[in-house]
Order: sequence, then C-alpha cells, then structure tokens
Amino acid sequence: MVAFVGIQFIPTTRNQSDTVPLTDFMLVNNVPKTIQKKLQVSCYDCHSNNTQYPWYNKIQPVAWFLEDHIKEGKAELNFSEWDSLSSRRKSSKLRSIIKQIESGEMPLYSYTLIHRDATFSELEAKEMINWITQLKDSL
Amino acid sequence: MSKLKSTLGIVAIAFITLTAMSCKDNKNEQNDTNGNHSEMSSDEDHSKMNHDNSDGHQDGDKKEMAMSGDGNSQGVLKDYFNLKNALVADDNAKAKTLGATLATTLANFDVSSNFSDTQKAELKDIIEDAVEHAEHISESAIDHQREHFKILSKDVTDMVAITGTENTLYQQFCPMYDGGSAWLSMSKDIKNPYYGSQMLNCGKVQKEIN
Repeated sequence: MVAFVGIQFIPTTRNQSDTVPLTDFMLVNNVPKTIQKKLQVSCYDCHSNNTQYPWYNKIQPVAWFLEDHIKEGKAELNFSEWDSLSSRRKSSKLRSIIKQIESGEMPLYSYTLIHRDATFSELEAKEMINWITQLKDSL
Repeated sequence: MSKLKSTLGIVAIAFITLTAMSCKDNKNEQNDTNGNHSEMSSDEDHSKMNHDNSDGHQDGDKKEMAMSGDGNSQGVLKDYFNLKNALVADDNAKAKTLGATLATTLANFDVSSNFSDTQKAELKDIIEDAVEHAEHISESAIDHQREHFKILSKDVTDMVAITGTENTLYQQFCPMYDGGSAWLSMSKDIKNPYYGSQMLNCGKVQKEIN
C-alpha cells in the first residue's frame, strides 16, 4: 500500500498539446463528422500528440503502461504529423489502417476493454474502411 | 456508501493494473524477439544463406545469390529475392529473419552516389517506406508478411526504376491476391510468394526489366 501511494509521486510525461498542428490529419483532409469522431475516440489517444486522459490513466502504474503504449503508437502512426509524410508513405499507412481495422487488431483489445466506446461496430468498421479506401485512392 | 465506492474504486484499479500488466508482458516478449533478430548480423544471415545455397536446395536461389553488393540496390535486391523465396516456401520463420536482414541492408543504402536530387529524394522516400515494411515482416505472421511484401515489392520496383539492375528481372503478377499483386523475380518461372504451395503457379510475367 505504501509503495502504491509512493509511486503516485513519480511523474510521467503527459502526451498533451494545446495546439493542433497544421499537419494534422483532420486539417489536411476533408473528414466527415462521423469519421472524425470515431478517429478521435478510437485512435487519437495513442496515435496523436493529444491523449484524452480519464482519471484512472493518471494513476500509477497504469500511467506508465499507457505512456509506453502511446510512444509505440505514435512511432507507428501519428495523425498529428500526417501531412509531413510523402504520398507513398501516406498510402502505406492508410493501407495498414484498413488492414488493422479489417482484422480487428486495432484498436487494441487491452484498450477497448476499458474504452468501450472505442470499439468498432460492423457498420462503423465498414464506413471507416470505405472512407479510408477512398482517401487512399485519391492520393 | 462511501466505503462501497472506495472498495469499488480499488477493485477497478486492481483490474486495470492487471490488464495493463498482461498487455505489457506480451509486448516485452515481442520486443525480445525483435531484439534478437536485429542483433543477428547480416553477415551471419548471408553465410547461412550461402550455405543453404551451396547445398543446392533451391535452384532459383543459386542465380540470385550470385548477385553482389551491400548497401546498394544490388544488395537490396539480393535480400528481397531471398525473402521472396522464403514466402514462396511458406517459411514464416525464415521470412522473419530475412525481413530483418533486408531492413538492415535498406537502412545502410547509400543514396549519395550518382543520382540527381529528385532521384535522391525519391530513393530516400522509397527506402524509408520499404524499411518499415521489412521491419513488419520481421515480426509478423505469414499472412501479414505477405500483405507487407506486396507494398515492399512496389517500393523495390520503383527503386529499380531509378537505380537500374545488373541482372534481367521479371515483374510478375497474380490477379487473385488482394485485387491483383505484383512481385519481382530473377527467373521467368512463376513461383507465387503470396500463396506459396497453396497456389504456387498462379500468375504471369508482366514485364521484363533490364
């Protein structure tokens, strides 16, 4: 218990930013409202420079694990820096997004377990994949 | 009531912690395997491959292994063909190792020589993309490896369009895999890396590249 209280004082780096960079996926693409919302809720926590932190994510050791996830997530794909990618890389990333949603690998199970609203219904997955495919073909 | 609340709170935290921990464990294991792969020097891999080849296991390899060079397009092609052959043979583990080898070769690619600025920029872009796919191949199941191999093949084909090739290459095409997918080969014969033994001969030569 003492240890548990103790580790609460060890700081973690928060993945939060006040500004949305001009390279953000939402700013450079014409994203429909429903798609925008789904991306925010299901993807942006780990794949952008801005994480929405619910209370339990501020408690150690949860915060550490989350920090790690975000680091890895952003290395793979960072929506905040989307427009700094070349068209080749964008196309690659969009393709991977489609495959990941199709196979149900993303969002991670460990994430949707807590963030129930991050899960994709069949219809939501279909809508997302259709829209991303359109975007990919327009590149 | 407040007691109930705090109990609930503690249970929730314990639950979340456990979940996060189990998730973290998985990741560590993954990292270990990756680490091992990248620790393997490319020389080791090559010597192993050469050995395989001298045993004459695969006819296709022999010709492909004759290619020389590291840190340039010929080195990339050599690793690419080895990887392709592993996928043809449905060999997930070998493809993982060879994906890591290719990633290293790509990362060492020297873009500075003999190209125009536009070509250099495009090569850099191609390599950056290809490295990522090769890395994914080094840590994925075989169906994933094949998905990434498709885009990797596009990258390598675009690379060859700039760098040229010492040997004649054949661009081959399978209309069935993922809405139609191409790959490169040193030989005219079709050996399909997307289906392996399942549909080994599906495809046709699309283009000869000299």
